[in-house]
Amino acid sequence: MSIFKPATAALLLTAAAARAEGPGLGQPLEAADIPFYATYVKPDGTGLPAGSGTAAQGAEIYAAKCTTCHGETGSEGPVMPPVGPNDVWAKPAGSYWPYATTLFDYIRRAMPLEAPKSLSDDETYALAAFILERNGVIDADTAMTAETLPAVKMPNHGNFTDVWAKQGAKPW
Amino acid sequence: MTRSTIDGAALDYAAGGGLLSRRTLLASAAAGTAAGLLQPRMAQAEAEIPEWTKAAGARARGYGAPAAAESAVQRAIIEPWQDVAPAFSLSGTPHHKLRGTITPSGLHYEVHHGGRPDIDPARHHLMIHGLVERPLQFDLDALERYPMVTATHFLECAGNSLFNAVMPEPMQAGCDMLHGLVSNTEWTGIPMAVLMEEAGVKPEGKWVVAAGADGPSLARSIPMEKVMSDGMLALYQNGERIRPEQGYPMRLLLPGFEGNMNIKWLTSLWVTEEPVHTKDESGEYTEILADGSSVQFTFAMGVKSFITHPSSTMTMSGPGFYEISGLAWTGAGKVAKVEVSADGGTSWAEAALAGPVLPQALTRFSLPWHWDGSPLVLMSRATDETGAVQPARADWKARYHASNFLHYNAIQPWQVTAEGAVQNVYL
Repeated sequence: MSIFKPATAALLLTAAAARAEGPGLGQPLEAADIPFYATYVKPDGTGLPAGSGTAAQGAEIYAAKCTTCHGETGSEGPVMPPVGPNDVWAKPAGSYWPYATTLFDYIRRAMPLEAPKSLSDDETYALAAFILERNGVIDADTAMTAETLPAVKMPNHGNFTDVWAKQGAKPW
Repeated sequence: MTRSTIDGAALDYAAGGGLLSRRTLLASAAAGTAAGLLQPRMAQAEAEIPEWTKAAGARARGYGAPAAAESAVQRAIIEPWQDVAPAFSLSGTPHHKLRGTITPSGLHYEVHHGGRPDIDPARHHLMIHGLVERPLQFDLDALERYPMVTATHFLECAGNSLFNAVMPEPMQAGCDMLHGLVSNTEWTGIPMAVLMEEAGVKPEGKWVVAAGADGPSLARSIPMEKVMSDGMLALYQNGERIRPEQGYPMRLLLPGFEGNMNIKWLTSLWVTEEPVHTKDESGEYTEILADGSSVQFTFAMGVKSFITHPSSTMTMSGPGFYEISGLAWTGAGKVAKVEVSADGGTSWAEAALAGPVLPQALTRFSLPWHWDGSPLVLMSRATDETGAVQPARADWKARYHASNFLHYNAIQPWQVTAEGAVQNVYL
């Protein structure tokens, strides 16, 4: 078998060179050490946790934690109101965004602005349900869960052109 | 008021409105005919000696600061929702008070979606995970031992120049408010390809979702192709560690791509097959077109320029000689040409570009000008090496929905009045 040794060594050298010029000081990262905000819920629902929430439950949370920025009903603002159409923001989250899963992920990682990551998964589902229901995208009785949220068909979904796919880094 | 002694009739004009040949000053200096610019003065025995020339100076200090008299040179801070959401803010670089091309670190523009986090560098990690052979984490001490590269690049917020994009009447404000969300820095850090290859990207890994360690954990999906070609993990800004405002202790740098994607306070790179449609690429950084449809993943910034000297809010100090100076850039590579007009676009003259002209970096342009004191409109028009040319405002507006304020790169006209006021106008 000794004749294979030089070949193996050469392969290893090639692999090391292909792994660029770094000193290789990265430490192993265990799955348990990856926080949720280091990933993102995908449009197909991958990454959604267990839990559920309804628009009615969401309305209570919204009234307590969200109105200062987004307005009494979600369409007044002043800050980028998520319910549309409105007079403040042309891209309301609950009707303009192409995927409903983004609502869950963004609310969970970033809202409310002064206390991000303070909402439970159930509260987050409830707020997503509230926003979608206020936009007329879902009915009041449908609870949002890991199964129902990715199944929501957003009204503006088919209205985007992917410029990267179309022309790469050439400015639009 | 400083009166120039140049004889306007004798000058070499390059275009209307008093634009001079780029060689004007060099030529006249060489011929020794700089008409009164150099007036020898006799030594005066009675001349005043200022007090700082008659005293010892201040003691050394560990970290320098601008002169006290320059304290007014500040970023223009915009908090669109004031106390309702003060963590959302924009801070514009005062380009009309700066020269050269490098933006001082303390004046680099900022856009914060959730304020400026206070990060303990000893507890900050960069994670690379997802579709990789070896999920890895790096602390700052480890990263400091990697071979580093240095490159000068602009960053521009996709929302730069937003007031010109959407306001029905031109806002009268300085370049800090109008065009301040672009800055230029010498960045030093580690090529992203080195770190990604250490983790071993799987063949199906085509996108990277980068996330920051700020409160909102701002995240963007980035094509692997871009990350591997010229992405940098930036650790240093103009030679010193990155400022907290720019992402301390580390940020992602994607030359030419809209600022929002250059994730500050970078803590995670998650390799995926597809973009994940984060909040920012779903709504805040997509553009609605004139037909009501939208474009998304519009990453690179278009070719753009504006005149910084003179510019809106300035006052001319009388007729005579001036150097018109400004900044040009493009996300598509290098600036190829900047033309200047002093008659509202009727005629144009090519400006000189201060070299070296670097890709995806601010380029300073200049052109000598003899202002005869009559009202006129100055403007600059940049062309990049791909042949793309800055559009007129009306042409830019025609492409987009009235509400769109992103990726505005139209020509900036400045009206100079007979009184010498410089004002923002639309043409």
